[in-house]
Amino acid sequence: MTGIFSYLVFFACIVLIFGVLALGLNLQWGFTGLFNAGIVGFYAIGAYTHAILTAAPQPQYLGNLGLPWIVGILAAMAATALAAWVIALLTIRLRGDYLAIATFGIAVSIQLVALNWEALTGGSQGLSRIPKPLSGVFDTPLAFNLWFLFLLAVIVGGIYVALERILRAPWGRVLRAIREDETAAVALGKSARRFRLEAFVLGSMLMGLAGALYVSFIGFVSPFDFLPIVTFQVWAMLIAGGSGNNRGALIGALVVWGIWSASGIAVTKVVPPSHAAQGAAVQVILIGLLLILVLLYRPRGLAGEAAVVSRHAAD
Amino acid sequence: MIGQAIADGILTGAIIALGAIGVSFTLQIMRFANFAHSELLTWGAYLALVFVGFAGPGTPTGPLSFGWQLIAAALFAAVLTGVVAWIVDSLVFRNLRRRGAHPLTMVFAAFGAALVMRNVVVLFWGHDSHFYTRELQIGVELLPGVRMLPDQIFILGLTLVVVVSLHLFLTYSRTGMAMRAMAESPQLAQVCGIEVDAVMRWTWILSGALAALAGVFAGLTPQLHPEIGFNLLLALFAAAILGGTGSLAGAVIGGLVVGLAENLSVLFISAGYKTAMPFLVLLAVLLVRPQGLFGEKQ
Repeated sequence: MTGIFSYLVFFACIVLIFGVLALGLNLQWGFTGLFNAGIVGFYAIGAYTHAILTAAPQPQYLGNLGLPWIVGILAAMAATALAAWVIALLTIRLRGDYLAIATFGIAVSIQLVALNWEALTGGSQGLSRIPKPLSGVFDTPLAFNLWFLFLLAVIVGGIYVALERILRAPWGRVLRAIREDETAAVALGKSARRFRLEAFVLGSMLMGLAGALYVSFIGFVSPFDFLPIVTFQVWAMLIAGGSGNNRGALIGALVVWGIWSASGIAVTKVVPPSHAAQGAAVQVILIGLLLILVLLYRPRGLAGEAAVVSRHAAD
Repeated sequence: MIGQAIADGILTGAIIALGAIGVSFTLQIMRFANFAHSELLTWGAYLALVFVGFAGPGTPTGPLSFGWQLIAAALFAAVLTGVVAWIVDSLVFRNLRRRGAHPLTMVFAAFGAALVMRNVVVLFWGHDSHFYTRELQIGVELLPGVRMLPDQIFILGLTLVVVVSLHLFLTYSRTGMAMRAMAESPQLAQVCGIEVDAVMRWTWILSGALAALAGVFAGLTPQLHPEIGFNLLLALFAAAILGGTGSLAGAVIGGLVVGLAENLSVLFISAGYKTAMPFLVLLAVLLVRPQGLFGEKQ
């Protein structure tokens, strides 16, 4: 019984971390129409920044500074925001599908750096001994996971409330105006480029935060946690949940991670270990099918975007 | 050293070019970035493997490591992959098009299709490498210090033949002319009585067939694995965009430039970063000349 309970706590933590990613993507794609195909790249920047700053010192690495958890979290957000800003300066003016190709390439390049710059990132070995926040106080795995779940719930709740606020504010309405009709928005004196850039940087910063939270939950980081499949999973979450709706993004994270984990468990039960690769392939096929089927038969997702943009609109 | 890198670059470039032609056509005629195109290379390579599985690779002919069976396998794979591309369009993209979906929705769907297609291959063949033939070959010294395998020279020759025939097809056949008309302006083409659906079908079949050839060639030098197409994805897009979408010559030159950039980069940077080269080429093109070498400014 405790086994199932601990699993559910762990599961909920991962769902919330993916929820942060999905909220970040929703800001970029759902509200601004920016096609970010490099989610996993920003996630990795956050994760590695946190790991390099907080991991216990080891002589062979440049980083591993052993700084406090909160410093790692804030620095991860700052580093990801900075990287996103530079990337956005280069790519934000590209038309939609070119932006997708460019961001996809950026994620591939970031993974190559993680894999090859061994002195900083530990190469394919990754970095371990990353401190978990307050793990001295919550010293059993279950107690720590429960505490981390609480922490994540507070963080996700805070992000949700903040996003809902800024998206209902004039800033968020401009984003949607640009998404729907850029010419009209520009005619009203709004700088489409500036708003796009801000939304891209803010969304990516959330992805970086998710990366930092992930490594401080798991305790180690490796380049194999940042394969392109993560990007596709987050998309499936947002599209299935309902693009343009923050609640939808969180529901999508729960549903898609639920399907992913359940199919993973089913596969390990049914498929012999010698065919683990085939089992994993089934999981990915399910994600791909889900993405296509939702786009074809339920393009608004489970919870679509609200039709009313402002409570003043009815007046 | 440089000579060898150039020879390798031209070979990689030829394979990229064959794949990039399809990417370029879909970008121009269907108006969306088909991220599932790389999986057509993979499917082509594995469909040929199925054929070779039944017929065998054949006894080595002359200096080549395979016989006529492998060439038949490549043709078989080209036809079937063309049909596969068309089926994927009928199941997914056409339905979205009919609904007037946003072009970016098509890109999302393409990524979904790519996930399914790639992992169906894993389902059947696993992650292990496969070979069409286990014959050993001796490299031919073309110039001092520049060696190529007979198979590789064969691939270059065949690519040249395919590209020239495609050029003749596009220039002189009715379907080819209709494709070019669609690429230039879909509305105008429709007004002139061109059957849009037929042109799209032919575009898919041709793109799929060329992708299959690229996949078979990639698998021949030297092995097949499920990521064989996916690893070329960025290179395909870099080549297509560098050349200018919708341009056959552009895609070929783009492919060669990307192939050369990838192989020459090893002389300057660590080989671990080689796969980032197509992306750097792509970024440079998008920033300096987004319409590509042979494209027209929109």
